[in-house]
Amino acid sequence: MRILVCVKQVPDTTEIKIDPVKHTLIREGVPAIVNTFDAYALEVAARIKDATPDTTITLLCMGPEQAKAALTECLAVGGDTAYLVTDRKFGGSDTLATSYILATAIKKIEETEGKFDIIFAGKQAIDGDTGQVGPEIACHLGYPQITYASEANVVDGKLQCKRESDKGYDILEVAMPAVITVVKTDFEPRYPTLKSKMAAKKKPIGIITFADVESIIDAARIGLSGSPTKVKKTFTPVREINCVKIEEEDPAVAAQKALDQLNADKVL
Amino acid sequence: MAFEEYKNLWVFVETEENVAKPVGFELMNPGRRLADKLGCKLVAAVVGGSVQDVAKTAIQYGADEAIVVEGDEYYQYSTDAYGKAMSTIINKYKPSAMLIGATNNGRDLGPRLACELNTGLTADCTGLDVEDETGNMIWTRPAFGGNLMAMILCPDNRPQLGTVRPGVFKKPALDETREGAITVEDVHVAPEEIRVKIVERVEEIAELVDLQGADIIVSGGRGVGGPEAFAAGGEVYELAQLLGATIGASRAAVDAGWIAHAHQVGQTGKTVGPKLYVALGISGAIQHLAGISGADYVVAVNKDTDAPIFSRANVGIVGDVHKVVPELIAAIKKQRG
Repeated sequence: MRILVCVKQVPDTTEIKIDPVKHTLIREGVPAIVNTFDAYALEVAARIKDATPDTTITLLCMGPEQAKAALTECLAVGGDTAYLVTDRKFGGSDTLATSYILATAIKKIEETEGKFDIIFAGKQAIDGDTGQVGPEIACHLGYPQITYASEANVVDGKLQCKRESDKGYDILEVAMPAVITVVKTDFEPRYPTLKSKMAAKKKPIGIITFADVESIIDAARIGLSGSPTKVKKTFTPVREINCVKIEEEDPAVAAQKALDQLNADKVL
Repeated sequence: MAFEEYKNLWVFVETEENVAKPVGFELMNPGRRLADKLGCKLVAAVVGGSVQDVAKTAIQYGADEAIVVEGDEYYQYSTDAYGKAMSTIINKYKPSAMLIGATNNGRDLGPRLACELNTGLTADCTGLDVEDETGNMIWTRPAFGGNLMAMILCPDNRPQLGTVRPGVFKKPALDETREGAITVEDVHVAPEEIRVKIVERVEEIAELVDLQGADIIVSGGRGVGGPEAFAAGGEVYELAQLLGATIGASRAAVDAGWIAHAHQVGQTGKTVGPKLYVALGISGAIQHLAGISGADYVVAVNKDTDAPIFSRANVGIVGDVHKVVPELIAAIKKQRG
């Protein structure tokens, strides 16, 4: 079995603060981490590898040189080989352009290493929160997709996934190759050991640039100019509500004051 | 791409087992406003098993007309069947833009369609408008965990696609006298074209928590102290009972294992839009505030006078949940006699 896991390096969005005066993001000092949902996707893949002998896990990441750190981290917890897709020409890509580049990179890797049976990704990245790149990769490759899976197992040569529904969950089955995106799982991703960390540092990371895929990519469909969506502007949400704040020693008095306000505003 | 061929604003009305998801009707609210501004028709695109009644309801909620694709293969959602149905009718009628409810299925279908149609899709929008000078849609969405809002355009491709969070917009009033044309399009998908099969469908009724349809939500966070607050006799539970409210929770309370994930409100949980939201012991992380952006009125109880939740609250009580909430319950009971 050959598995590919898509990984994104993201800023830890829970650590991002807003400058209270300028209303801008404070990015300095915010740690770069492996996207949380990609870590779950890798764990799901690693469990298939545990259960199925001769399974290899290839990691694929698009980003700047620094994103190698994310790949090295993933190599220590189940990944066997890793590729970084990096080029200035790829910068500024929206989800459609990004998925096109990644799908092209997958085809490029498959030329030399053979076809992948399963392509995993997190359900979304915690910085962009779009959840679009996974399904769009599936579409570019012409593969079926299962999104929002919390488990995936190989059963009789097919892939079975558990997917959340409004009323509970569905067990879905698909023939491989397929693209699967993964939500937070019931189990935690495994931790690296000292030994696996050392080994990961020695594993080479393949680099894929524009020149490597030039013959199979349409340059008009990548980067800022090849992206159908454009950012018009960004702003930090400013919430201007005048809070009637009640600070009383006696909780009974506070409660009555709050209720009076609710009555005055005709809320109850 | 011949732009002038693309006209009208569509809303995809998702169904599951012949029942419409509420968000499809919610989207008739901004949909109507935008269609009027653009001077175009608002069209409901309804796919499902047998869903002409749903199409009729969509018109009563404000659509001018409806296009229906129905058949047994659409009774339950699949990417392949819904993808083919929607891309077929989009290619035939060429809408200028389409709103899709950002349910799991909507977010499964949207990117598939965007890629198929080679166009732009903006995810999880919380604001919708039209650019005056161009007539382009302006899609506003949170990013970086709700820390940043981005306005996105899709100026050179059609249709412009966006998924919109459930609970952000309120359903418009239902006008039972409103009528419009319903066109049934004959699109069918062979069983072998549907590559993902449902092996088993498990319903967990006990876990069914309708936060997005709730008029009143009482939520608990770290400050409620433990799981007992959410159980009978606890502050969150008792206040929710008294108000007829649905119980919500912050990520901190869910991560601590005090209450099931189905109750989580926020960027990684549910986005809600109740008439009244009561936040007990919730500090108000930006992710949580992003999740309650649709709430009409917020009441917060928190020990910390500087808690960010007060910046979003209409009424804030600075105090201990365990002391204030019993008094609040007593006061409401007394008022009601």
